[in-house]
Amino acid sequence: MSILVYIESEKGKFKKNASEVASYGHQVAQSMGTTATAICFNVPEPQDLGTYGISKVLSVANDKLNTFNAKAFAHAIAEAAKKEGTKVIVLSSSTDTKYLAPLVAAQLGAGYVPNVVAAPESTEPFQVKRTAFSNKGFAHTVINTEIKIIGLANNAFGTRENKTDIAVENFAPPLEETDFAVGSLSVDKVVGKATIADADIVVSGGRGLKGPENWGIIEELAEVLGAATACSKPVSDLGWRPHGEHVGQTGKPVASNLYIAIGISGAIQHLAGISSSKVKVVINNDPEAPFFKAADYGIVGDAMEVVPKLIEKLKEFKAQNA
Amino acid sequence: MKILVCISNVPDTTSKINFTEGDTKFDSNGVQFVINPNDEFGLTRAMWFKEKQGATVHVVNVGTAAAEPTIRKALAIGADEAIRVNAEPLDGFFVAKQLAEVVKSGGYDLIIAGRESIDYNGGMVPGILSSILGMNFINTCVDLEIEGDKATVTREIDGGKEKLSTTLPLVIGAQKGLVQESDLRIPNMRGIMMARQKKLNVIEPVATEAAIQDIKFEKPAPKGNIKMVDSDNLGELIDLLHNEAKVI
Repeated sequence: MSILVYIESEKGKFKKNASEVASYGHQVAQSMGTTATAICFNVPEPQDLGTYGISKVLSVANDKLNTFNAKAFAHAIAEAAKKEGTKVIVLSSSTDTKYLAPLVAAQLGAGYVPNVVAAPESTEPFQVKRTAFSNKGFAHTVINTEIKIIGLANNAFGTRENKTDIAVENFAPPLEETDFAVGSLSVDKVVGKATIADADIVVSGGRGLKGPENWGIIEELAEVLGAATACSKPVSDLGWRPHGEHVGQTGKPVASNLYIAIGISGAIQHLAGISSSKVKVVINNDPEAPFFKAADYGIVGDAMEVVPKLIEKLKEFKAQNA
Repeated sequence: MKILVCISNVPDTTSKINFTEGDTKFDSNGVQFVINPNDEFGLTRAMWFKEKQGATVHVVNVGTAAAEPTIRKALAIGADEAIRVNAEPLDGFFVAKQLAEVVKSGGYDLIIAGRESIDYNGGMVPGILSSILGMNFINTCVDLEIEGDKATVTREIDGGKEKLSTTLPLVIGAQKGLVQESDLRIPNMRGIMMARQKKLNVIEPVATEAAIQDIKFEKPAPKGNIKMVDSDNLGELIDLLHNEAKVI
């Protein structure tokens, strides 16, 4: 009856969130007096998870699962849960896991809570704290079912090392033809660039930049910092930037360590979407912009003047600290 | 093609959120309710299928009579008929089970539900619904084309997009991008008048239990004071981010 932790991977390597999800799984297992077992797909060397308290890996090797497939992955996870007699399943809150988690929940009759921000508040009854109202509030949620599924919010728990002896067991879940009724045709993804979902730093631009032709300074600042780029809703609605970059209540949430908002006034929907970010910097020429009430550090000034100077200073800083 | 669009009745995105009854309930006092934005993107795409491919579009809501103005708005936008399952929506499992009954009795080819509601953010209704019904399911859908019983769908992934193919019957988790913001429709007077004549069937829920329950809410802690840095002294900002905040 160990805890089951689903660890995401891409092209044979664990994703960046793996260490945090594994650490959380270990924490839950300890609080329930049991151990944490991970399941992963097509990862040749999954032993690294032992660093974060995972004592067993169910390693699935199946060429049909090289590309993410929500239904097939969900089926495999549900089978693993049955085999292990699992009572708690831990996974991330990435786009892919939010796709498969409800399918696992339905197969196991399990209650599912996404966007969980801390270790369980109690295990009897099983209670967790999560974000609600699109980050405008928190809910303390009780899961009533025998099996529970927890979707850990990104960058909420942190990574905790806990060296553990790890056993790797090959696992071949019985999959069916119908699990592959949705097929991938192509994936269009920028490689080698941080994404809003997993970046430590996000640099975001708003209407204050006046037009898409001025985005060079946003991209350059992001490059210097190794950051992902994002934008406000009006900027995406105007077509200056793609929808995938829109952060806010109806766009993507951001939970980075540092969020730099440039030329964004700070509408309530935007502030909700970025509220889980740890440190916020605002650069805006209007000292009355609402964002100044929600940020940690502020600069009043014209983005077109401030940002290039900031890039120069950061380059000097990086050169000194390289 | 028969399309069912599932809509949630949620606080407008500009709403300030407050809680009541010892922080155990959302305080709806003075709050404007709207169609959940993710559902509205789906409804607007459904209107396109109605106009270009002759689809029939029904909307369904699991909610109390308080949701009826929002349901009427969906009819004013152009849905042909509406169904309200007369129940307080307890959790995603409860709602999905009610919706499954509606789908079974209505014989729908395509079911569209927002990828999540912007109030309780459960994000599980379309996925659980698809499992109960044994239908194909694609979440975070930003493009949807249908030819006969074949569907070509693009979903958003972290850092990009994935193009997929599948067949009807199909459940879609809708979001921004499925239609543009500028495609959203504000009901005109004719639509509003016609909506009054359209059928809104109220049905009773099937007995089922909630899997999860929110027992208490809280608001985020208020933000501490901001530190202002002069725009001529950007070195100070870098120093603060490095030594004080420790994020660079």
